[in-house]
Amino acid sequence: MSPATKSASKSAPKSVPKKAAAQSPQPKATTPPADGIHPGSLLSITQLSLEEVSNILALAERLAGEPLSKHATLLENRKLALLFYESSTRTRTSFELAAKSLGAMTTLVSDKSSSIEKGESLKDTGLTLRALGAECIILRHNASGSPYLLAKHTGLPVLNAGDGMHEHPSQALLDLRTILSRLGKKQAVTETTLDGITVCITGDILHSRVARSNALLLPRLGAKVILCGPQQLLPPEAVDLSPGITLERDFDKALQQSQVAMMLRIQKERLAGMQIDLADYQKQYQLNEDRYFKHAPNAVVMHPGPMIRGLEITADIADGPSSAIEEQVRNGLAIRMALLARALNGGAA
Amino acid sequence: MKSILIKGGHLIDPPSRTDRPRDLLIHDNKIVELGDPGKLNATAKKEGAEVIDATGLIVAPGLVDIHVHLREPGQGYKETIESGTKAGAMGGFTALCCMPNTSPVVDSPEITRWVLSPERNAVIRVFPVAAATRGSMGEAITEYGSLKAAGAVGVSDDGKPVLQDAVMHQALIAAARAGLPMIQHAENTKITVGASMNAGARAFRLGLRGMSVEAESGIVERDIRLVRELTTSGKGPRPHLHVQHVSTAKAIEAIRHAKRAGLHVTCEVAPHHFILTDEAVEGYNTHAKMNPPLRSEADRAAMVTALLDGTADCIATDHAPHAVHEKEQEFEKAPNGITGLETALSLSIKMLHHQHRMPLLRLIHLMSTAPAHIMGLRGRGTLAPEAFADVVLFDPKSTWTFNARNSPSKSRNTPFDGHTLPGVVKMTISEGRIVYKA
Repeated sequence: MSPATKSASKSAPKSVPKKAAAQSPQPKATTPPADGIHPGSLLSITQLSLEEVSNILALAERLAGEPLSKHATLLENRKLALLFYESSTRTRTSFELAAKSLGAMTTLVSDKSSSIEKGESLKDTGLTLRALGAECIILRHNASGSPYLLAKHTGLPVLNAGDGMHEHPSQALLDLRTILSRLGKKQAVTETTLDGITVCITGDILHSRVARSNALLLPRLGAKVILCGPQQLLPPEAVDLSPGITLERDFDKALQQSQVAMMLRIQKERLAGMQIDLADYQKQYQLNEDRYFKHAPNAVVMHPGPMIRGLEITADIADGPSSAIEEQVRNGLAIRMALLARALNGGAA
Repeated sequence: MKSILIKGGHLIDPPSRTDRPRDLLIHDNKIVELGDPGKLNATAKKEGAEVIDATGLIVAPGLVDIHVHLREPGQGYKETIESGTKAGAMGGFTALCCMPNTSPVVDSPEITRWVLSPERNAVIRVFPVAAATRGSMGEAITEYGSLKAAGAVGVSDDGKPVLQDAVMHQALIAAARAGLPMIQHAENTKITVGASMNAGARAFRLGLRGMSVEAESGIVERDIRLVRELTTSGKGPRPHLHVQHVSTAKAIEAIRHAKRAGLHVTCEVAPHHFILTDEAVEGYNTHAKMNPPLRSEADRAAMVTALLDGTADCIATDHAPHAVHEKEQEFEKAPNGITGLETALSLSIKMLHHQHRMPLLRLIHLMSTAPAHIMGLRGRGTLAPEAFADVVLFDPKSTWTFNARNSPSKSRNTPFDGHTLPGVVKMTISEGRIVYKA
């Protein structure tokens, strides 16, 4: 990290209790957040130790299970800003409802109805939100790495709600919660929790932040991850994301080995001139009844949404009994409550 | 008329292979004489020379950087010719070749003369490289003869490669006729659209589009093929291709072969490409964003090897100043480039002299004599009598801590801010004038 770019943490509001920050052990992580980044931030799934993942899952479990009244004032009078440079339904709404369920005040700033349209920089937008009292910023942005920039310059806890083609860490956590519950496992994880489990992630891996976050997390719990897709959407270097990942071009073969089938949308907005033969793609990579019952009749079906029904997945599968898609959305609410509580508690969940 | 005696120093002069204690006498803007320690005292006294004690210091020909961006005309908020040359003097440089990607582009004799005007207040010599094509648009070549007459020492569309085979062919011929090197930024921009770092596993994980090795090596190979065709045809003067900021082992290998085949192909390597790898991008550090990008460890090591074995002819910084607000942006939005004049000597000493035992004589060759020769800068890169009195005095043994805020450069976009580095420049003399003193 360049020392020229000074951290803004000194001037950050002192809303976070020092005690909580001190209690939280430094995450033992593959890529720990750099100096000046608030410990309550979640920028990449790789910054979390498995112990922290377990703590977040446990908190989510508790918050999801208890009556609303038990935690309705947990973040009372705390101010949270949702800063969205890309459209979103699930992530935005679940962060917002999560915040409100905990009693926090939220404000939404989107690129289309703010001074961002007039050319205001991300740094200045962040500083403005901080000056208005925001204690945490939830950022969705079309540029990979932008949460790092925001976290560095505001010193606030920043939750990455999806940055470009980089990561979507809260999605990986809600997917993990879904997988654990579908497979009947405890919401506490170790290096062996998912031993013997294979998860295939299929589709537009290249442009998918969901794929990256999941592929960086699940192998650390013992799972085998198969990334599946055509050459164009799945470059060979994807295998180097993490140990425990293999590439498979043949979807049928990938399904045959999998207990979980995670489907991805083709991200038309990020294709950058790439030509995809959709008919051929559909033929080779669509999850439909024929393929499902022939190759993986018991697999848990997942999709981060939004789905394009009829392209990567058919309605009968998406709406079928093996589909965990709505459960994923519900789990999103629980996970995001936990992440917001953690963010405003100095990084301790 | 003024004389200076530099005494007590260890003198390094690559052309004469001098590497021993020698005193040096300067008169006005020229080197007059080199002598054994003490031998020039009498002459100096007679002339009333200013005496500079260089005890414990290396006395070498001033450094020559053939690849810098001084940003004028048009982008004085990033750097001016005055501020950039002052940063150069601080780094031990006495001659800079500035690239034409300014606003407007340096593609006419008028703009070339504007760059060279005394009103620019350059403290060391500036040698403009003019655009190879009009507006650096890659279509119609500029008038190399008249650009040279106006002071240009080479032609390049730096930052924008000359992509079309026919235009490059024509540029090589015209440059050879004018006696100028054709200087290429080797990047196939057709396959680097949207890319902001080295292609590979790290770019994939960071979600950034990558520039492949082939985007660089493909253009280098194409250019070498054109040079070979022109050279073997025997028609016209031999073309000279100079490849800028080589960053990949594959491109270096192509240049190695071209040299073995006797073609007039030269190249430069930037300190950041032999010091850093794309690991520096982690955390989306925009001070690790430049073009060509930081590459793999194997590529970095290949740059060191090329400098050691002579495949790389010289070191050039690609000093590329940018304002703070431009670098404080999303990684993909931030402009390419880092500053380099202040740290080039120290980084080279650290990596090449300390880690790889390169003799200082060879290091000075790479940073002064060879680059001056490539750009045809007569009387530079040497301490021979009659040469320009361009001299650097530095202490190779002590260290200093670089604070970018203290640099005379207008910008401080460097990944080396705060680094403690070996090799302290104590004085820079440009044509007999002391332009920097630590």
